[in-house]
Amino acid sequence: MSGGHAHALHIHGHSVVHRLPGHLKVAALFLFVVAVVATPARAVWAFGLYASVLGLVAGLAGVPVRFIARRMLVEVPFLAFALLLPLVGEGPFLEFGGVRLSEAGVLAAWTILAKGSCGVVGSILLAATTEIPNILAGLNRLRAPKAIVAIAGFMVRYLEVISGEMARMRVAMAARGYEPKAFWQVKALATSAGALFIRSYERGERVYMAMVARGYAGSMPTFGDVLTSTADVVRALALPGLAVITAAVALVVSG
Amino acid sequence: MSTSISVTDLTFSYPGGLKALDGVNLQIGAGERVAMFGPNGAGKTTLVLHLNGIHMPPPGRVVVGGTPLDDTSVMDIRRRVGMVFQDPDDQLFMPTVRQDVAFGPANFGVSGDELDQRVLDALGAVEMVHAIDRAPHHLSLGERRRVAVATVLASKPEILVLDEPSSNLDPASRRELATILKGLDVTMLMVTHDLPYALELCERAVIIDAGKLVADGGTRELLGDPDMMAVHRLELPYGFDLKAV
Repeated sequence: MSGGHAHALHIHGHSVVHRLPGHLKVAALFLFVVAVVATPARAVWAFGLYASVLGLVAGLAGVPVRFIARRMLVEVPFLAFALLLPLVGEGPFLEFGGVRLSEAGVLAAWTILAKGSCGVVGSILLAATTEIPNILAGLNRLRAPKAIVAIAGFMVRYLEVISGEMARMRVAMAARGYEPKAFWQVKALATSAGALFIRSYERGERVYMAMVARGYAGSMPTFGDVLTSTADVVRALALPGLAVITAAVALVVSG
Repeated sequence: MSTSISVTDLTFSYPGGLKALDGVNLQIGAGERVAMFGPNGAGKTTLVLHLNGIHMPPPGRVVVGGTPLDDTSVMDIRRRVGMVFQDPDDQLFMPTVRQDVAFGPANFGVSGDELDQRVLDALGAVEMVHAIDRAPHHLSLGERRRVAVATVLASKPEILVLDEPSSNLDPASRRELATILKGLDVTMLMVTHDLPYALELCERAVIIDAGKLVADGGTRELLGDPDMMAVHRLELPYGFDLKAV
């Protein structure tokens, strides 16, 4: 079992962003993303504004730029696809450095880059400043379907247990000389995946039994209300509020 | 002494025909600490799963504190019989220790300040209050096992049923758990292969073999009966001298 108090995406801190209740942050991120998506892609200034506001939040929360940049690597496959669009898109075309680029393609690539990055950075900031139990509790308070939140909770809880089991199985295989080099040797790997599935399934049964033993009768209990002050709501609304106004202005301007 | 658990002529077969329990009779008095021995596959776990209705016995075969276990009493009996399972990773399934300990009492209708107090008291009893906001998978096995006991204590059970409480614990964690268990004011039934542990904690022991209860007596007397022990595949650890403790 690993030590530490939190998940890899989390940065411990006590900033104003860290202290906001989870449900406000989740709702704020959702609103922000909606506003970003609604912003016309041609309003480049609006995305500049979004980026600087996100930068401000990151600064307040003490999340290093390097950390955000590393986590943004998750976007790379999408960006690679986006970069192809100007080359394969249809006319009208622009000439840029001797390369013929599709105008629609350039716009589509920019849309993916700008809107995707805003969403990703927003999510990184949420994860970096909110511990998983608070995100889950936040989703519960926002009336997200209980079953979905419970499944997410179980996933988080058992991810390490199951990856630990997988690691032990791999060690046991390596200890008996299994070093897959050729494709046909992959069979043992597939078998172990099956064994892992069975083990996880059986664990599910045992966990269910432990839940029933403590009075589970079909619905998960919800715990404790977090006191939400008006000041918290105002703070949480600052980012999405600004984004909504920006999006509205951009929509009117590009009318 | 009033009877805490009464099992009468309990028989159980798994689908497929394997007979796991064959006419088991067992009475446990209030406040008793009883160890249950037996080889692997003897039916020990099957028996304890009947004590709070995970396996539902036929009416009248299991009585807890005077209440027969049936469909109407099952929730009440689940509150009164706390089960601590062998693998704490099965028992601790919530994102934080606090929520895990609160899970039982919340299901039984406790809420608000009383729920918070129950959680603190239960974690206090196992000396784990400091871990209240941590994730269960970030604790050591010894700590997780103690929290597992707390998840059950929070419902204020009259009877604590423990499945292999000392398995896989390092010696210090094993001793710490023993100290905690000795301090609890509840009836206790402990399934274990750890015979010295049973001797330390339980004045009485029973042996289950092939679905039958084959011995019932003082723990020291049972462990001191080499013929009985050998028949049921029980052995004291190397170098362990019964007379020395």
